[in-house]
Amino acid sequence: MVEYSRRGFIKGGLAAGAVLGAGLGFPHVLPAQDKGPIKIGVLHSLSGTMAISEVSLRDVVLMAVEEINAKGGVLGRKIQPVVVDPASNWDLFAEKAKQLLLQEKVAVVFGCWTSVSRKSVLPVFENNNGLLFYPVQYEGEECSRNVFYTGATPNQQLIPGAEYLMSKEGGGYKKFYLLGTDYVFPRTANKILRAFLRAKGVPADNIAEEYTPFNHQDYQTIVGKIKRFASGGGACVLSTINGDSNVPFYKEFGNQGLRSENAPIMAYSVAEDELRGMDTSALVGHLAAWNYFQSVETANNKKFVQAFKAYAKKANLPGGDKRVTDDPMEAAYFGVYIWKQAVEKAKSFEVDAVRKAVYGQTFAAPSGTIKMHEYNHHTYRPVLIGEILKDGQFKIVTRTKGLVEPEPWSKYTSPDKGCDWVKQKGTYQKKA
Amino acid sequence: MRPRFLVLLSLVAWLAAPAAGHATPAAAPPPDIARALAALAGEDADKREAAVAVLGRTRDPKWLRFLAALREGSVYSRTRGGKTEIVVGGSKSTRGDQDVIEIAAAYDRAPLGAVPLAALKEVPADRRLRLAVKPFLDADETRAQLADPDPAVRRGAAVKLGNQAEAGAVAMVEEALFKEPDRWARHALAEALALIRLAHGAPDVRVGAARALGELHSASAVPALQRLAADAAASPAEREAAVLAIRRIERWGLLTAAVETGFQGASLASILLLMALGLAIVFGLMGVINMAHGELMALGAYATFVVQNWFRAAWPAWFDAYFLVALPVSFLVAGAVGLGLERGVIRFLYGRPLETLLLTWGASLIIQQGLRLWFGAANVDVSAPAWLSGGVPVMAGLTLPYNRVFIIALAAVSVAATYWLLFRTSAGLRIRAVTQNRAMSACLGVRAGVVDATTFAFGAGLAGLAGCALTQIGNVGPSLGQNYIVDSFMVVVTGGVGKLAGTILAAAGLGGLTKGIEPALGAVFGKVAILVGVILFLQRRPAGLFAARGRNAEA
Repeated sequence: MVEYSRRGFIKGGLAAGAVLGAGLGFPHVLPAQDKGPIKIGVLHSLSGTMAISEVSLRDVVLMAVEEINAKGGVLGRKIQPVVVDPASNWDLFAEKAKQLLLQEKVAVVFGCWTSVSRKSVLPVFENNNGLLFYPVQYEGEECSRNVFYTGATPNQQLIPGAEYLMSKEGGGYKKFYLLGTDYVFPRTANKILRAFLRAKGVPADNIAEEYTPFNHQDYQTIVGKIKRFASGGGACVLSTINGDSNVPFYKEFGNQGLRSENAPIMAYSVAEDELRGMDTSALVGHLAAWNYFQSVETANNKKFVQAFKAYAKKANLPGGDKRVTDDPMEAAYFGVYIWKQAVEKAKSFEVDAVRKAVYGQTFAAPSGTIKMHEYNHHTYRPVLIGEILKDGQFKIVTRTKGLVEPEPWSKYTSPDKGCDWVKQKGTYQKKA
Repeated sequence: MRPRFLVLLSLVAWLAAPAAGHATPAAAPPPDIARALAALAGEDADKREAAVAVLGRTRDPKWLRFLAALREGSVYSRTRGGKTEIVVGGSKSTRGDQDVIEIAAAYDRAPLGAVPLAALKEVPADRRLRLAVKPFLDADETRAQLADPDPAVRRGAAVKLGNQAEAGAVAMVEEALFKEPDRWARHALAEALALIRLAHGAPDVRVGAARALGELHSASAVPALQRLAADAAASPAEREAAVLAIRRIERWGLLTAAVETGFQGASLASILLLMALGLAIVFGLMGVINMAHGELMALGAYATFVVQNWFRAAWPAWFDAYFLVALPVSFLVAGAVGLGLERGVIRFLYGRPLETLLLTWGASLIIQQGLRLWFGAANVDVSAPAWLSGGVPVMAGLTLPYNRVFIIALAAVSVAATYWLLFRTSAGLRIRAVTQNRAMSACLGVRAGVVDATTFAFGAGLAGLAGCALTQIGNVGPSLGQNYIVDSFMVVVTGGVGKLAGTILAAAGLGGLTKGIEPALGAVFGKVAILVGVILFLQRRPAGLFAARGRNAEA
């Protein structure tokens, strides 16, 4: 999801200049006092291409902070959020992360969306022993001591989605068209999906794989190919198409006469927040796999949705009380609470102590009670499959009974690797 | 025989039920239904599954609705007067300190008032039960779809029946085929019928079905036909018919692929042309490198969004007409902004291309950020009017989307109008005169300033029009312009600056080429190949397809 644009670069440059200027003007001399507010960092793009998704994460993190502060803060100290704008530019992500850790000396950072932005800040957090809560579903194959991943790993989203379509209940589909935008998440996701499908006995001829550039708008050829692929029935599409290209894709899909009952699309990157800006009529009946939907019926979720709408209205955010919640927002939200609980358990803001206190922490999140993994830095979450409705919400068609254990290294592509920060040092080779 | 007997039985029971209902409101359901309901509330999974079958086979819409409620987990049982009663739950609420729920009778949904949730026991819809419910609801859904007023929905249902190829569906398909008025829905139904016969018929029926599928050019049938052709147990006549049909379908497939690619090329070309036309005028005729061209398109798209919202609020009955109003409005809005831009700043910088480049880029940032502030950073939703969604099937296996057909027509009309304006009107004559020699035309009494302003406004208006058309294809967001500006410049530069014919040819060439190579190379490498091609071409012909010649050609 990176896009190099000259505009973004210049804007970023200006912002960085301004920050540097401010830094020089007011050097940070005194260490934070023990009873003063504790600083946390919010590292989400507020401008550029990713703003469309990441602004909502900032909003929900700030809402969680406000809630916690209203109840007296953490360890008796108020939380003071430091919001920076990396402007959808991955180099700037690293720079801003450095600024948060070294100048602002924040206790924890909530941030990033794209994998490339996370990879870019990773060395900063590892070298300076910072702490990052990353709230978005991703391709896995990572196990950092300094990151907690509250979004889904492949086995918590990709594979259940495909499994559902293969099942009798999901329609018993036999041919799979893997379609994605050309960057790291779809490529890795499709590698895992392909390995999974092959392991389940789907012949190679029944799997097609295709990628499109960022902001691709013309899906005529691809939909034509899908149509030929789907003739004869039993075919479905597993889509990792990124935000902006979805509308042209679904529109073309419908307009060329393909319908969800004959060839459903299982989307892994379309959530309520993206559907806000879409003409949903072409998407109705297609599916998505996530760990949370706004339509989850729990008392906690009802509270969460209402609180967010009220917050958006009160804070005068664009959209006001028409705003919606979605999976990454939920993950960003409960991330703040997990951190708070860990700090309270550790009775310290010190990164290593908090890190150890996070293991096994549970929280009554909107999607139900979730649990942090005991040693692999990821999160146990439920998996839900939803059908897109006209109003941009999802009708939940199935959900796992309990929580699904996160597997950062997929057993289909890396069966020999594991992730453990308690008995091992991160990624390790499993003994045969 | 047995299922039919059951159906008959329950049908009779169902017909009898209302009559009894008049006498006593809480009429007892027929005995087999009553037993089924009792079984549902029980624990035995086998009996529960059988109970679903009993209810499903009634094909009674009310019982099917009950099964749908069961699948969603909103069916409850309660004990009343020593008897177990099955009810359907509705909206929940909190009254005092307990949760209450509206309940209704299982069959006719007669409201039974609100009761405490604690007094009810949920009838669990586990996976096995949901699977048992599914075929009945699906069959019912398909039946409803076959009777849908929208031919596209009927066609979809027919395709589904064909793919499932279940012997039991023959009667349903035949009945629908008999009633079907729409040509392409009939085609899909005939295909479904032949597919079912191919899967289940006797050998001679299968020969006929294979032949029919060949005649219908049914691409869906190829896998089944291939199986038949390779089936050692099939008769030679069957195998031969299958092979012939496959050959026939494959030939047809080549033809549709060719027509499809041609249309896709034309569609992409028309989009490129619409985007580049305004730029060709502003950049080509006036020499202004307008970096804000993309943002003018975005303005057109947002104007469409605003018009849509007006219609939605004020004249919902005329909603489908909004797009016709949006077209001129987006032209005028973008044109007005273009006019302001030209009169306000650009006119002071004619002949200084680098400064105008920077200036228009600045303007583009301002417009973009303005849109972001006004409408928010998220994309906005522009709905397609009904007459621009869906497509028209032109031949078996090929559907042309209405929105793309419309854009091709719009591009053609825009080009024709531009030509007419430039070469058939006195205003056009003045534009061409100022383009060729500004000082001389000014001496001869042409008001060069007015000409500049109108030309720029016209070019900007065309950008707005393109933005309006693009709402039917892609997203509408503040960064819409960025996505298109590079392609627009590519078309204009490849075509040759200052020549409209070059722009048209370049759009057609790039569109056709892109779609021609994309099936082989994929979208990512297709794009790379096109860019490499353009670079090589410009190396050989730096001035583009049609170089400006003569005295005013830049050295």
